[in-house]
Amino acid sequence: MMDSIAGLQLGFSHALTLTNLGWALLGCFLGTAVGVLPGIGPALTIALLLPITFKVEATGAFILFCGVFYGAMYGGSTTSILLNTPGESGSIITALEGAKMARNGRAGPALATAAIGSFVAGTIGTLGISFLGPVVVDLALQLGPAEYFSLMLLCFVTVSAVLGGSALRGLTSLFLGLLLGLVGIDLQTGQPRMTLGVPELLDGVNVVLVAVALFAVGETLFMAWRHTSAAPVVRPVGGIVMSRSDWKRSFWPWIRGSLLGFPFGVMPAGGTEMPTMLSYYAERKLVKPEHAGEFGTTGAIEGVAGPEAANNAAAAGILVPMLTLGLPTSATAAIMLSAFQSYGINPGPLLFEQQGALVWTLIASLYVANIMLVVLNLPLVGLWARILKIPQPQLYAGILVFATIGTYGISNSVTDLVLLYVIGIIGMFMRRFDFPTAPVVIGMILGPMAEQAMRQALTISEGNWLTFVERPVSLAILALAVAALVGPRLWAAVRRRASA
Amino acid sequence: MTRPGNAPSGAAPDVMVGGFVLLLGVLALWQTSTIPASPIYAQVGPKAVPYVVGAGLLALGAALLATALRGGWSHTLEEVQEAPPTNWRALGLLLAGLATNLVLIGPFGFSAAATVQFVLVAAAFGSRRLLRDLALALVLTLVVWFGFVQVLGVNIGAGLLEGLVLRALGLDAIE
Repeated sequence: MMDSIAGLQLGFSHALTLTNLGWALLGCFLGTAVGVLPGIGPALTIALLLPITFKVEATGAFILFCGVFYGAMYGGSTTSILLNTPGESGSIITALEGAKMARNGRAGPALATAAIGSFVAGTIGTLGISFLGPVVVDLALQLGPAEYFSLMLLCFVTVSAVLGGSALRGLTSLFLGLLLGLVGIDLQTGQPRMTLGVPELLDGVNVVLVAVALFAVGETLFMAWRHTSAAPVVRPVGGIVMSRSDWKRSFWPWIRGSLLGFPFGVMPAGGTEMPTMLSYYAERKLVKPEHAGEFGTTGAIEGVAGPEAANNAAAAGILVPMLTLGLPTSATAAIMLSAFQSYGINPGPLLFEQQGALVWTLIASLYVANIMLVVLNLPLVGLWARILKIPQPQLYAGILVFATIGTYGISNSVTDLVLLYVIGIIGMFMRRFDFPTAPVVIGMILGPMAEQAMRQALTISEGNWLTFVERPVSLAILALAVAALVGPRLWAAVRRRASA
Repeated sequence: MTRPGNAPSGAAPDVMVGGFVLLLGVLALWQTSTIPASPIYAQVGPKAVPYVVGAGLLALGAALLATALRGGWSHTLEEVQEAPPTNWRALGLLLAGLATNLVLIGPFGFSAAATVQFVLVAAAFGSRRLLRDLALALVLTLVVWFGFVQVLGVNIGAGLLEGLVLRALGLDAIE
């Protein structure tokens, strides 16, 4: 508790300098813009901005990235409401009621409740990070490599098998990522692996390349495959002022959504789908009878306020395992982790000790970004709506320009571009056949870390594989992983038997 | 193309996906078998994890194939059911844009190659105003190049167009 307050004092003293405020503002602006644009998100943007890590010191770069991260969530809701095409899985639910409100001329209040809800959730989430972070660090310091390895296995299961449409397809994506992560020279023994004899692959496959291939090239190819000349309808914003009744109806959904979302983000189940869906059902159940009819018809403001808050709180929660354990549970967190690595910093329990100033400045800048976003977004909502009107041909052509330079800039290599397009084509088919793409990026980053932890654990135990089940904490985590993998299927089978 | 309720005919693409993952597993296992034995002693050698990943891909590929042969999963996806027919013109133009970029970027540099790619991609998505796209692409690619090179400090050699602009501005090429 005292640690957190002292840490925040230190953090704010750094975050409130003119330079760092500038980075935060730039990040928020950029993040909102890419959040609004359909087809690009924070993971892709941060991946393209990674070269900045060679030029700017770590604090500035991470303030920028966090601004992008929070900003993209604010922007995402604008797209779901005005265009009815959710940009990411967390805003699918927002689109349900939000787009209906927009169709009935209430786009303004829907955008306002989403923005203020994001602010409330972001603040609660950031408070959660500030006070929960040091607690998790204390626990994490007790963990050895064996426990770490088990924890990573749990992450693998939750990000691939629990979320999304099918465990089989999620796991396939994960294993594709693990395979890509293996390419290159084994750090421990110096042996080349999975390089197919191609010398360019000795350095491994760059994670920026894979992220850009899947999120930009694959997405664009898929859009071309399904392209029709029908232009999407952008609903007008209108007045953004919320009535007294709007405020009253939004307040508790904001709070409930935030409290529901945050724990989901913190647990290594880094998904925003489940909490947003739960929040939606909760609000639908708890709504006052006189407004119940608005759900699914004219659009209920509770159905925007709750899920939007849940989405943001969950996304903030994802930063807890990322900063304290070094475990990324979303594609964006995975890319941020690789940014830490390019500074030679390893996120994990020691981060708070060794890089205290950096961590607390980063957390303080999350508060700053949150305030900037709510101040920036409500008056500028007209500008963001105009971004939505960028015509599709020029938008996708532009995205590919950025994809090309982001990849070509890594090493001026045409081989990298070939790899970019090949993985992009795989990404297109992954979209078509409903394979999630985030597990690929997470597997790529987390795979090598898991291998290292496993080898360390086995070195300590002198080759005894039972070490993973003999250490009680490790065993408990493994049991959780198994439960997460087979539990839902067992439950479904039991239910089917019961109903038959 | 898939008739509703007619699973087997809709599953052929799914079979190919299963086969692809299976092949990936075989490739991984073959590559693993070629990793030379480590001269450095380690409790777990460099081969262990690659074997697990290869075997995992093989198992997942087999499971996907089994699902595909029993009717597949594509017909359960809403997006596939409502999908418009494949737009070969758009896909073809887009792939042509990517291929042109690959060929041009070596000899002529980023901006020239990316400009041609931009025009082709915009055309793929139905843009008919070729000249306006060309002008837009020239400005965008040059601004992006200068942004990445000057602001982000990425080292990308100056090509044809970048060289012209640098000379016009009286600057030396950054090499």
